[in-house]
Amino acid sequence: MSLSATNSVGLVTPQRFVCDDPLHLQNGHVLKGYELVYETYGTLNADKSNALLICHALSGHHHAAGYHEEDDAKPGWWDACIGPGKAIDTNRFFVLSLNNLGGCHGSTGPRSINPDTGTPYGPDFPGVVVKDWVATQAALADHLGIDSFAAVVGGSLGGMQAMQWAIDYPSRVNACVAIASAAKLSAQNIAFNEIARQAITSDQEFNQGRYFEVDKNPEKGLGLARMIGHVTYLSDDGMGSKFGRDIKSGDFGTGPEVEFQVESYLNYQGRAFTKYFDANTYLLMTRALDHFDPARETGGDLVKAFASARCRFLVLSFSSDWRFSAARSQEITDALVRAKKNVASAIIESEHGHDSFLLPIQRYVDALGTFLNHSLDQRLSQAGGES
Amino acid sequence: MTLRGDLALISDLINDHARVLDLGCGTGELLANLQANKSVNGYGLDKDPDNIQVCLNKGVNVIEQDLDAGLGNFATNNFDMVVMTDALQAVRDPRGLLQDMLRIGEECVVTFPNFGHWRCRLQLGIGGHMPVSKHLPHDWFNTPNIHLCTTVDFERLCAEENFRIIDRRVVNTRYAEHWSIHLAPNLFGSHAFYRLGRPS
Repeated sequence: MSLSATNSVGLVTPQRFVCDDPLHLQNGHVLKGYELVYETYGTLNADKSNALLICHALSGHHHAAGYHEEDDAKPGWWDACIGPGKAIDTNRFFVLSLNNLGGCHGSTGPRSINPDTGTPYGPDFPGVVVKDWVATQAALADHLGIDSFAAVVGGSLGGMQAMQWAIDYPSRVNACVAIASAAKLSAQNIAFNEIARQAITSDQEFNQGRYFEVDKNPEKGLGLARMIGHVTYLSDDGMGSKFGRDIKSGDFGTGPEVEFQVESYLNYQGRAFTKYFDANTYLLMTRALDHFDPARETGGDLVKAFASARCRFLVLSFSSDWRFSAARSQEITDALVRAKKNVASAIIESEHGHDSFLLPIQRYVDALGTFLNHSLDQRLSQAGGES
Repeated sequence: MTLRGDLALISDLINDHARVLDLGCGTGELLANLQANKSVNGYGLDKDPDNIQVCLNKGVNVIEQDLDAGLGNFATNNFDMVVMTDALQAVRDPRGLLQDMLRIGEECVVTFPNFGHWRCRLQLGIGGHMPVSKHLPHDWFNTPNIHLCTTVDFERLCAEENFRIIDRRVVNTRYAEHWSIHLAPNLFGSHAFYRLGRPS
């Protein structure tokens, strides 16, 4: 039983932060209030200096580690890296993980009731961007009495939030870790997101985003969007070694049509995704990905965008990741060096593509853990020296 | 912390709060020392995962990058000093790299094993085989050192490129100077250490 594993955070219970203050979004919309669902692992120390924020990616949520029920089949999505003695060591850090605004796992989002109409927002939920998420995460930190984070950590879209934290709240971040991320999406990357969005919106059951009103769900479209995403999160070599040309059923003769293992796997992934993810949230999250570009505020100059940052950075990428390639991470690192920020980087050898950031790859885990522990050591010794 | 002899020589040249780029920084010994003692804003490039892990453990700004991929990603005039210890002979394009080092940095320091040392000459000239020594421990078939040179060769390149030689130290295997080396550096020096500036 995995729950009894010594390096698990064990059973966790999600909590809820209710914010009644109006939230002014980047696009001008105002939300009268919002709720964020979150989990914490580990213990906050007396001077609240060991808090670490996890920012989730496109399809992530607050449940990053441990189990909700004893018989859960799987732990949280980043259990490989969060737990006692793991890279994000809950013996040392107080880890905070939330479901972002606009999500579909309990935080205010398209499935929530619009107080103005009394019906779910659906497609009327305002567009949110990375900067909005970071602002709400800061409000959650205020609520928990956390002045500054020992580290803000995220992979992919999560890494974008970590960078935005360093830019927007320089005095509230001690270390920033951006894993398999980018300072902005490439045209190719936006293109994949648009294909995924088209798959969803062209599903007849999408009903202009009001599928819930007619008791429908654009399962075909959302599943297809997930399949497209999934292929881009893996590498050719990785898929080759996982599936090869193995056949699930049928044969090449006169029998039933051949179904390759990879087809069966993708179809399963697509179907499973539609059970727990909301199509409007998918559209919203991919838009946030596409829009992210902190340099837009500084005339396209990423070096200037990072000028306000004060924390140390770790930029990690994976050799076979082509959706968020090592070159994109190099752009982040180069800008940070030019901006005279403390930064370390590593390109982890892995055949698992973009999904590598979720896996317990030894070198990756070692690099992440070492950087975080060193950063915390430094912070605690500085705090000790000043007091 | 006592620095390795060659690194101590380099450390002496670097001002407090300088911006330093260390090419092939290894386990980050020089940078960790400079960060602790001179508040230097330093970065190291290395491609070896084990070295990078050691650097992370020391809190050194280590960046995973292969020197053979060039330094085009670094801005002109971005550093006060660019350092490269004992890597010149192992890179694919030493001249291009030296040009880039002096584009990125105001000055650079380069160290390399001197292939003109008498032991090398003896092993090749009399022994008839490729030299193997403390600083050149590999056999011909597995050596990473593909661009070995003598101090005479190096200074010829500096002259061709108009690199200004600000300082030169040629030392023995213990990184110490000796009267014999002053007499005939290319014969008695096993290690060379150059501080270069841009063409004046």
